[in-house]
Amino acid sequence: MCIAIPGKVLEVDGSTAKVDFQGNLVDVTLGLVDAKPGQYVLVHAGCAIQVMEKEQADEIADLYRDMETVLSR
Amino acid sequence: MEIQSVIDYLKGYNGRPVSLMEVCGTHTAAIFKGGIRSFLSPKIRLISGPGCPVCVTPTAFIDRCVEYAMRPDCVLLSFGDMLKVPGTKYSLTEAKGEGARVELMYSPLEALDKAAAHPEITYVIAAVGFETTAPVYALLIDEARKRGIGNLRLVTALKTVIPALTWLCEGEEVDGFLCPGHVSVIIGSRPYEELAERYRKPFAVAGFEPEHILAAVYDLVRQLEEGTHAVHNYYPNAVKEDGNRKALAVLGSCFETGTAVWRGLGEIQGSGLYLKGEYAEYDGGSRNLTQDMKLPSGCRCGDVITGRINPDQCPMFAAGEKDGHAGCTPMSPYGPCMVSSEGACGIWYRNRV
Repeated sequence: MCIAIPGKVLEVDGSTAKVDFQGNLVDVTLGLVDAKPGQYVLVHAGCAIQVMEKEQADEIADLYRDMETVLSR
Repeated sequence: MEIQSVIDYLKGYNGRPVSLMEVCGTHTAAIFKGGIRSFLSPKIRLISGPGCPVCVTPTAFIDRCVEYAMRPDCVLLSFGDMLKVPGTKYSLTEAKGEGARVELMYSPLEALDKAAAHPEITYVIAAVGFETTAPVYALLIDEARKRGIGNLRLVTALKTVIPALTWLCEGEEVDGFLCPGHVSVIIGSRPYEELAERYRKPFAVAGFEPEHILAAVYDLVRQLEEGTHAVHNYYPNAVKEDGNRKALAVLGSCFETGTAVWRGLGEIQGSGLYLKGEYAEYDGGSRNLTQDMKLPSGCRCGDVITGRINPDQCPMFAAGEKDGHAGCTPMSPYGPCMVSSEGACGIWYRNRV
């Protein structure tokens, strides 16, 4: 039920964005985030719920790099 | 740290046995898809929690939705997961076979244009979900009100995760929690801190890639070994400490908390979300939907949802007749855990060897 997938914002028209999911273009509601073209958004049930800061591959690389620092907090 | 070192550690772990609960059904599915258990020592047990909203929804909710769907002036909109969940008499799919109008939705926001185009029909949404989905319903109702669309109703079974986690911390033997990633996108990682402190248990927020999950499991096991109980976030790309404030504000403007019934857990105060104030006119009668079906003897839905047993330990699990019970399968389910794509039983069934 809580599935959400990241896609890239191509254009924004008011409260709707055209989002690219690996070639599939979908209209997404932006009411819960402020997103700009070029950013990645996490989309759940037709609605963007977060703006992602990094691409996933970079996020995971950083995650493992910082793991021991996080654990020592 | 290299991922291989994490795997080596988890595979070779030989400390005290630990039970870690993945609260979210999407995590349960991702754990199977990523083959995560094959990387873990037998002393690390992953157990599924009550984080499939369909699975914890009482029968009275299905019955109310069926009642609306059978009315000639109504159309019932639902996510696919709910369609086959048994009601007292019919599931929504069975009701459709009897002439009810049930339509599948991808997004609740689809209801706006449908309702605007057909004012003679009342569109009723089976609004199930946790904090991930609840803000989408809030946006929908807010927009309906702004556009003057009155022929829209929500039957809600919306729940919040923290009260359920508190319930689990109070009574169940869980050593650490893998926090639900997309619920955490909305609520943030901070709400887990009070639980971690009060119950002295570690919490790790994880995304849904195998790398996220391995990192979070590694963190929890290390914390348990070292006797710490912090909240660590392994999904920082999407989860902030304070969550999505805009979504929380929309949520708070449309909904208020109240008591809700969770199948397998019972009544939990403050764990339900209900339309409030001027938005309450869009409520299709969601309060007091507490009646639950009497589960057939032998069915251990409640024990599966609370992680006391794995699904395959239920006597009714899978096809055939065992211990005098007909088997429970996705095609002929007894309870929602076997129906939903994120229910623990259905996931175990589809991935059984």
